[in-house]
Formats: sequence, structure tokens, C-alpha cells
Amino acid sequence: MAGYICLILLIVTILENLSTFIPGVPQVLQPTSPLFTVLKKGAVYSLVAVSMNLLNGFTGLFSLGQAGFMLLGAYTYAILTVPASMKDQVYYLFGGCLLKSSLVDMFGAVFGTSGAGGAVAMVLGVLLAIILAGCVAAFFAYLIGLPVLRLKSDYLAIATLGFAEIIRAIFQWQKLGRVTNGANMIKGFPTFSSFNITDGSGGVVLRLSVFVPFLLASVCILLIVLLIHSSYGRAFKSIRDDEIASEAMGISLSKHKMLSFVISSFFAGIGGALFAMYVANAQAKAFTSTMTYEILLIVVVGGIGSISGSVIATFLYVACSEWWLRFLDSEMVLSNGFKVPLLRNGFRMVVFSVVIMVIVLFFSHGIMGEKELRLPGINGRPAGSKGAGKGKKDGAAAAKAVKEEKSSDDQED
Amino acid sequence: MEYVISVLLSGISVGGQYALIAIGYTLVYGILRLINFAHGDVFMVAGLMGIYFTAVLPITLSIPLVILVTVALGFTIERVAYKPLRNAPRMSVMISAIGVSYLLQNSATYVTGGQPMTYPEIPFLARTVNVFGTHTKWVVILTPFLVLVLVFLLTQLIDRTKIGMAMRAVSKDFETSRLMGIKINSVISMTFIIGSALAAVGSVLFFTNYPAITPMAGAMPGLKAFVAAVFGGIGSIPGAVIGAFLIGICETIIKGLPSSWDVSVFSDAFTFALLIVILIAKPQGLFGEAATDKV
Repeated sequence: MAGYICLILLIVTILENLSTFIPGVPQVLQPTSPLFTVLKKGAVYSLVAVSMNLLNGFTGLFSLGQAGFMLLGAYTYAILTVPASMKDQVYYLFGGCLLKSSLVDMFGAVFGTSGAGGAVAMVLGVLLAIILAGCVAAFFAYLIGLPVLRLKSDYLAIATLGFAEIIRAIFQWQKLGRVTNGANMIKGFPTFSSFNITDGSGGVVLRLSVFVPFLLASVCILLIVLLIHSSYGRAFKSIRDDEIASEAMGISLSKHKMLSFVISSFFAGIGGALFAMYVANAQAKAFTSTMTYEILLIVVVGGIGSISGSVIATFLYVACSEWWLRFLDSEMVLSNGFKVPLLRNGFRMVVFSVVIMVIVLFFSHGIMGEKELRLPGINGRPAGSKGAGKGKKDGAAAAKAVKEEKSSDDQED
Repeated sequence: MEYVISVLLSGISVGGQYALIAIGYTLVYGILRLINFAHGDVFMVAGLMGIYFTAVLPITLSIPLVILVTVALGFTIERVAYKPLRNAPRMSVMISAIGVSYLLQNSATYVTGGQPMTYPEIPFLARTVNVFGTHTKWVVILTPFLVLVLVFLLTQLIDRTKIGMAMRAVSKDFETSRLMGIKINSVISMTFIIGSALAAVGSVLFFTNYPAITPMAGAMPGLKAFVAAVFGGIGSIPGAVIGAFLIGICETIIKGLPSSWDVSVFSDAFTFALLIVILIAKPQGLFGEAATDKV
């Protein structure tokens, strides 16, 4: 599996850098191409979708708090990494930030701020901030989980949704402006393109802005896959299938539900930090319940209970919404002067939601059902995270291949 | 004092509007055990239809038409998106509801072009009136009374008519009432029809007060109305109405607090805090346990 991850990482890095070495590449490989937007956003969203699937699909806890935990992660990351030199500019409405320094600056003090030392400082600072983002989300998930996880199915859903809204309100509170910048966005922190390696004059030598989210997301998804295949993962699945029976088998319901909730939120927090890096700002306004619904629908389209399904669905979803269906949003006049009806701003999302409704109603198993994508060389282990990188290119074909392989599919555990 | 009265008045009015939405939630939950996430968006669509119909028709004609079309919408949603999933796990139906909500919001964005739309001024409702020295719109005074009348009619329908009896039976025991020869599907359609009609009335009242409609305008009132339904004990109509009035009043009080405290951002969060407290302390809600209240 690690081999596939390396292969995918290599492919995306080469794709992104082709334009540097071969000047005449087609438009689609230019750095401004929607392909790279899709790859970056897809990597971020697939981590969030997988983290939601861990909770909803593998543990059977129907939680709608994902956007709230992403918000916690995004803000934690943003607050900790806005460089000291940017603080006054970002927090100008509140007269500066309470936190005077940033993690990158702190590492910079050790390793130096320019050249290789600066790079090491930034990588370490960003990495630590991302991990802390996950930890903050996990900590709040623990606090929220104490009262909420006792609730059943739809009450749990609405309570977690409520908590996400409460968190959002707190982060927009002007009284906390010196930390959260109130309702305004926090920006100026390192983003994915900060990882591009430049030469002295600022020209880009090696682009890593797709490599970084792919690396982080695949490491996280790999960890989730390992968790699902551990004894804890089996306990989660047994809780999903029958709470009473698993309790009779000696599985502590409250402990495992809490564990799943906290771990899922940890990765949602990391996903939130990556999301902040992707959009280059953190603003509470973005993390609404609509975002949670969007992620939930991705999980459903991919198949509730399938990691590779979630990843494939994410890339398909992001590619359709950011790229392939874009033409639906602009008016189109055919060569014979016929103006195609209906096409105008917003039509893409209508088509999109109709497709999603059709999947929900008639193909309720989604792309993968509970199966995983299988690739040669991974024996008895779902190819999880990485099959998906390929899925982005021909997800449907990949899904078809899996259906054909179904016969050889032995039951998990 | 005048300030307090005006805050209270608008709180009661907002509460009444939430109550009309909350009844739709509580009826559907009572029977299908489904949080109909699309209900708030049906409410928003009703508001949009109010705009488009009054543009071409006189108001006396367009309001009944809005109610009629909203009812048709609610009925269609149930038939298309929920009925095929009758035997599926509850979560699938809820996901379908979220999908419908997504579809309605996106369609509204498409139709309106994403711009906030201005609700037409309905001459009778928008006229101002002087109550205890505060100026307010007629709609603010009218809403609570209209809500009470509608709720009274609804309880009569549920307690005294055959279809009402069928609704009570279905909410008690789905399978048994089917065995007893109750046409489940028509009962369920009826709940959606009632719920949508009330949401349409609510939208006329609500958007007269808040003139701008965005595609997201239905989501928050919808969630709040659901909280009201949970607060009152899901399935109980009087409970939902009391919960809605309470939430409406608390919300306007929070919004009306001195701006130096800067707590108005919590007016939405308060509702959810209330929900969580209720779910933990008294999950069955205010009137939840009295079985006769279940609808």
C-alpha cells in the first residue's frame, strides 16, 4: 500500500512540475489549470470525508458536526501560524493579536529564517500546528461527546449539528477578536503554495503545492485504514451492526463510541487546517451546516462504510463541481446560433443535486457500497486511500473494475 | 418600557412564525420518525413563490396560490424522495431529506441568481399600528392570533376527524395501523400537506417582517423550528407551539440586549444550547410523555 501512495505522490508531483521543464505542455497542465485545484481540494475533502465515514459508516454514529470540528482545526492552525510580522495587519481591527509569535517564528528562532533553515522551520511549524489543530478538535470532541454520545441516531445528528453552530457563533464573537479576529478572516499564514521551492529571485524551481496536501491526506487516511483494521476498528463495526450484541461480547459501548468520535474529529480538525491552507484564509462563515451536508453526500455517494469509495467520490465530486460541470454555469451558443436553454449561473449545482438525489434514491449503496477498491499487491487489505488517486481520473472505470473483482472479494474480517 | 414591549411583541411574532414551521416537523416526526431537513427549505421556496406570484397576480389571489403550490411541493417531495425509502433504514431517509434540502437550495440559487430577493409589501400586513406607544407592523399583532386559530383547527382535525384518528394511530404503531386497514400512504401525504400549508402561511408572515429572502433563508428558521418541536416533546402540537414561542422570545431578547455586550451573534447558538440541555435533561421534551398528545 505504501508503494501505491509513493506512486501517486510521484505522479502528482511530476504532473505539477511538467510545465516547468516542458514549456509547451497543454493548458490542462499549466499551474493555473483547474486540474490542480481539483487535486488540492480533493485531497483535503477526501480526508474529511474519510473521517466522517469512520464515524458514520464504520461506527454507525450519525454525526453532523464535521464542519464544527473543521472550523476548530482551521482556526487553531491559522492562529498558530500567522507570522509575527503579519499579526498587526491581520488583526488591525482589534489592535493586534494576543499571541505575539507563531510556531513558524519559534522554529525560525532555532533554525534560522532563510534558506534551508527557514524551510525546516516552516515545515516543522506547519506540521506542529496541523497536529495541534487535530488535538484541539479532538479535545472539544471529547467534551461534546460526554453528553451527546448517549443520544440515539437522529437526536445525535441534530445535537452535533447544534454544537457545530454554537462553535461557529463563539468564533464570530467580537469579544474574542484578539484571538479569533472576530467575524473577519484570518489570513497571511503558510498555505500549500508556500511549500513551492523557489530560487533566489523568487522563480519557482519545484512546485510542491499538490504534493503537500496529498502527502498529509494520505498519511492521515492510511492511519484511519490501519485503525479500522485493528481490534478497535472491528469493535466499531460490531457496534454499528448490533449494539446489544457487541455489548454482550464485552465491548464497552461508551468507550468505543467516544474513541471513534474523538479520532474522527481529530482528523476532521486536520482536514480543517488543510482546508484553511487550501483557501488561504480561515473564516467561521465558511464552516456552515451546508459544508457538513456536502461532505455527508460525498460519503453517501462513495458508499457508507467504504474508505476507497469516499476518496473516489470526493475526487469525482470535486472534479465535477470545480471543473467538468463548470460549462453548465455559463451561457452557451452553438455554432448554428442556437442558444442552449437553462444554462446560466447556478445550473451546475442544480444538475449536481439532481444526480445526488438519484444516487441516494436508486443507488443507495453508492459507488462502492461497503467494499473497498482492490489493487494487485495488496493482499486481503483494502487499497483504501490510494486507489483513489487513480479514481480521480477514471473513477467510474475503477469502480467497474472492482465490481468485476467482486467474486474474489472475501469478507472483511 | 416601550423598548421592552417592542422586543416582546416581535419575539411573540417570530415565535408564532416558528410555530407554524415547527408543526410541520413535529407531525412528520411523529409519524415517520424522520427529521424532515427539507421542511425549512420548503418554507423558503414558499417565500420565493410569494415574490414571483405577487409580481404577476393580485395579492388576494397569489397568497392562496402560494399555499396551494407549496402543498403540492411538500406532497411531491414525500412521494418522490421519502416514499421509495419507506422500508430503508431511518438514516437513508434522513440523508434523502438532506439531499432534497440541498436540491431546493441550489434550485433557488439558480432561479434567483443568488441575489437576495425583496418580499413584496402586503398592504394589510405591513401597515404600522401603535401599541402601548411602540410602532409595529400589523403582522406582528396578527401572527400569534392566527397561529392560535390554526393550531386550534389542527387539534380539532386531529382529535375529531377520521383522518386525524388515523394519524394518531399511525404515530402510535405504524405496522399495526397498516394491519387495521389504514392507508398509510394517504395518512403520510396528509401530514405533509398540512405541514406544507402551515409553512406557506408562516412564510408569508415571516418574510413580511424580514424582507430579504436568500436561498439559505429557510435553513436556520427550519432548524430552530425543529428545536422547538424537540423542546415541546416531538409529536406534540401544543408542545411545539409553546417551544416555538419560547425560542422566538428568547432569541429577540438576546438580539435586543445592549450592543456593548455584543451577544447578538449567539441568538442562533442559544437555540442549539437549549436543544442540547433539553436532550440531556429531559429527552422526551415538555409534553413528550403524554401519549395522547402524540400525533
